[in-house]
Amino acid sequence: MVTEKDYGEFETAWCPGCGNFSIRKAVVKALAALDLPPHKVVFSTGIGQAAKAPHYIRVNTLNGLHGRSLPAATGIKLANPELAVFAESGDGCSYGEGGNHFLAALRRNVDMTYIVHDNQIYGLTKGQASPTTMTGQKTKTQPHGVASAPFNPVAVAVTMGAGFVARGFAGEIDHLADLIVQAARHPGFSLIDVLQPCVSFNKVNTFAWYKERCYKLGGDHDSTNFQAALAKAMEFGDKIPIGVLWTSDRPAFPLTDVGPLAGREPDMAALSQIIEGYA
Amino acid sequence: MGEASLNIVIGGEAGQGLVTVGEFLSRALVRAGYAIVVTQDYLSRIRGGHNTYAIRVDSREVTAPAEGIDLLVALSAQTLPLLRDRLSPRALVLTDAAHGLSGHPGLAIPYKELCPKPLFENTAALGALGSLLCLDPAWITGLIKEKFAKKGEAIVADNLAVFQAATHWTISQKASFACLSPAEPRGRRVMLNGNTAIALGGLAAGVNFGSFYPMTPGTSVMQALIDHSDRMGVVCEQAEDEIAAVIMAIGASYAGARPMVSTSGGGFALMVEGVSLSGMLETPVTIVVAQRPGPATGLPTRTEQADLDLVLHAGHGEFPRAIFAPGTVEQCFHLAHRAVDTAERFQSPVFILTDQFLADSYRDVAPFDLASLPPVARPLTAVADPAGYERYAVTDSGVSPRLVPGFTEATVVLDSDEHTPDGHITEDLAVRVTMQEKRMRKFAGLTRVALPPNLYGNADGATLLVCWGTTLGAAREAAAIRNARGEKTAVLHFSQIYPLVPDAFVPILETAKRTVMVEGNFAGQLARLIRRETGYVFDALVTRFDGLPFTAAYILDRL
Ligand SMILES: Cc1ncc(C[n+]2csc(CCOP(=O)(O)OP(=O)(O)O)c2C)c(N)n1
Ligand code: SF4
Repeated sequence: MVTEKDYGEFETAWCPGCGNFSIRKAVVKALAALDLPPHKVVFSTGIGQAAKAPHYIRVNTLNGLHGRSLPAATGIKLANPELAVFAESGDGCSYGEGGNHFLAALRRNVDMTYIVHDNQIYGLTKGQASPTTMTGQKTKTQPHGVASAPFNPVAVAVTMGAGFVARGFAGEIDHLADLIVQAARHPGFSLIDVLQPCVSFNKVNTFAWYKERCYKLGGDHDSTNFQAALAKAMEFGDKIPIGVLWTSDRPAFPLTDVGPLAGREPDMAALSQIIEGYA
Repeated sequence: MGEASLNIVIGGEAGQGLVTVGEFLSRALVRAGYAIVVTQDYLSRIRGGHNTYAIRVDSREVTAPAEGIDLLVALSAQTLPLLRDRLSPRALVLTDAAHGLSGHPGLAIPYKELCPKPLFENTAALGALGSLLCLDPAWITGLIKEKFAKKGEAIVADNLAVFQAATHWTISQKASFACLSPAEPRGRRVMLNGNTAIALGGLAAGVNFGSFYPMTPGTSVMQALIDHSDRMGVVCEQAEDEIAAVIMAIGASYAGARPMVSTSGGGFALMVEGVSLSGMLETPVTIVVAQRPGPATGLPTRTEQADLDLVLHAGHGEFPRAIFAPGTVEQCFHLAHRAVDTAERFQSPVFILTDQFLADSYRDVAPFDLASLPPVARPLTAVADPAGYERYAVTDSGVSPRLVPGFTEATVVLDSDEHTPDGHITEDLAVRVTMQEKRMRKFAGLTRVALPPNLYGNADGATLLVCWGTTLGAAREAAAIRNARGEKTAVLHFSQIYPLVPDAFVPILETAKRTVMVEGNFAGQLARLIRRETGYVFDALVTRFDGLPFTAAYILDRL
């Protein structure tokens, strides 16, 4: 039996009051609920405040480069299908620098869970607009207000027919933990976009702002109905639905059925025949 | 009596089947015991344009392409006008009767009469070629039977009939062309190009993961891996871009796979951040960079050696690396094996720098002796003390025990930020210094095992041609021609560019009368690197950057 304690206690570099703490709590709760021992779990992250998360959880970790959590996670899962693979990062890392990888991951559908801390701002670099910052929002680097339209990750994921698409909120830890459990159990690529206040740099989308708007999807939402899922994915304003927006049974990316690549010896007899075949 | 050495060129439009004719003939020649060097010259288009497939064949040994053409197979009307200036005095032209010979000695083949369908013209050309070269027809008919077997007996029979008709027709023409003299026995040979040999070397070293984004001339390394992936248990994935390709390989490497990625300069430019990541994470990755002329997209299908500086400096920050540069197809195999082992042993990025010429150049090689290959380093799947495991434990060699996650109770933590011995992010500057020193200590080990350059001939008082990578064959041939003329010449070839071991070559340079660096780039990049590392200045520089490979004649003309 794995407990939350197995995932350790660490000192963090996050600002007091940041939404990252609650997301960490939800992640640990979910891992324990999934009964995953830390050494069977790998977290691949990018760069940013969110990306530091696995340093504060006892798991196997590849904290790589900005925007690159998904290709690394893909390589890890392809090399060892027996590992439970998670990728985790901020919205800037995931949808900005890593945008192409996000689209490719939706198409590839490798079995992994992607947790995106969506604070609608760049935290670590001190408050520039991110791809999900709302149009018109002013920042130091966008003094006239953001001119671009915000990226809608969940709508994109739904239209791509992703396996599992959910939206969570850092203010709802148990609900989020449950989303993570469901996502991890889903065979294929799962996205959880987690709304998260950045108390230092996003003065618009505050805890209260999200709290006021987020509501949980009820049993009446059919996550296998594309039109319904898309409608909910597009809902972002006065009301923001959280929960499982969309699920599909699209086949996951095929993985090797002979276990981890580590330590596999090349078949020299076969190779010798292959070389002879070039005569 | 016959010719010991010939340069056969097949020219035509893309899509006309010149590669089919070229490959059939090369393979038949290799099976018959001849030595070959194939050079493929093609344009970046799928149909049309004008391409050539050149086979330099010799009854003994041959190391480089030639410029003069002894036998020209002109598949398109453009071929003869384009290549007539390169015809040797003994040259014979084989062309379609419809195009005509324009006064050149040769044979105008009545393809229309010999072939029931235009599809069979390639087979007719092979019949004419085989007959002119006095090649035992069994070598080509055997290949026809093998290659067309899948298409059914009728197709095989039709092709054999065309082959025979073309052979008889050619004999009836009594063309005065010297046959190839019989091949000297040289044991069993296989026909491989450089990129396939790199893939096979990787497979022999246990490569079991390949990720790539297509870019000529790098793709064919991955294509060869993919061709054998089912049989050899290799996971291959076409990534969304080069950044993903290299980072995926690093992820797989972390999880215990042995990865290889391949690209060309433009793709490698994108991979640079992954190179730096591999240096920091200390996660092995073998990257094949098949050079083509730049800057930017340059000449997509031609050759150059101008990415040495890029590969040498790729990645921000300082970290150890090794760069190999094969000069022959045999070296492609052996250095690929060595590169993978070096990456694993030193947990660093390692490069194989090749180019379009060698990538596409078929040669005859003895089948590799797999049993004599040295063992390849491997990561750990067990440790004595999982609880105390530190991924970046500080060691004298700088190499830390590399444990694969998931096999023990230990967690394995890697970070692209500076990190503590247990892999966690740190901003402690003393730890930073310790870690950077640890990583850079691997450089000493890499230098200890670095391959010294190979000396061909005696440098003492000689003109010494210094080269790297694929220029080896042309330089050796140029030296042989000069020595035959009584001009003392030797060749010094670098098959590993980095780290350099000055003691292994500066004394040789100093005994030469004149040192000439021969490089396929504008600036003389290796000459500059050697000057930077040793202070040694070459007497002269021969460069080539017109997209074509070096030949002996090109070098001799510029000495
Ligand atoms: C290649 C590269 N470009 C830029 C940066 C600087 N950088 C660090 S974190 C970051 C943005 C982080 O924002 P987000 O992903 O939203 O994460 P948060 O810090 O808000 O959790 C940027 C641009 C970097 N580290 N690497
Ligand atoms: S900057 Fe924002 S996102 Fe980062 S830790 Fe502070 S509050 Fe959290």
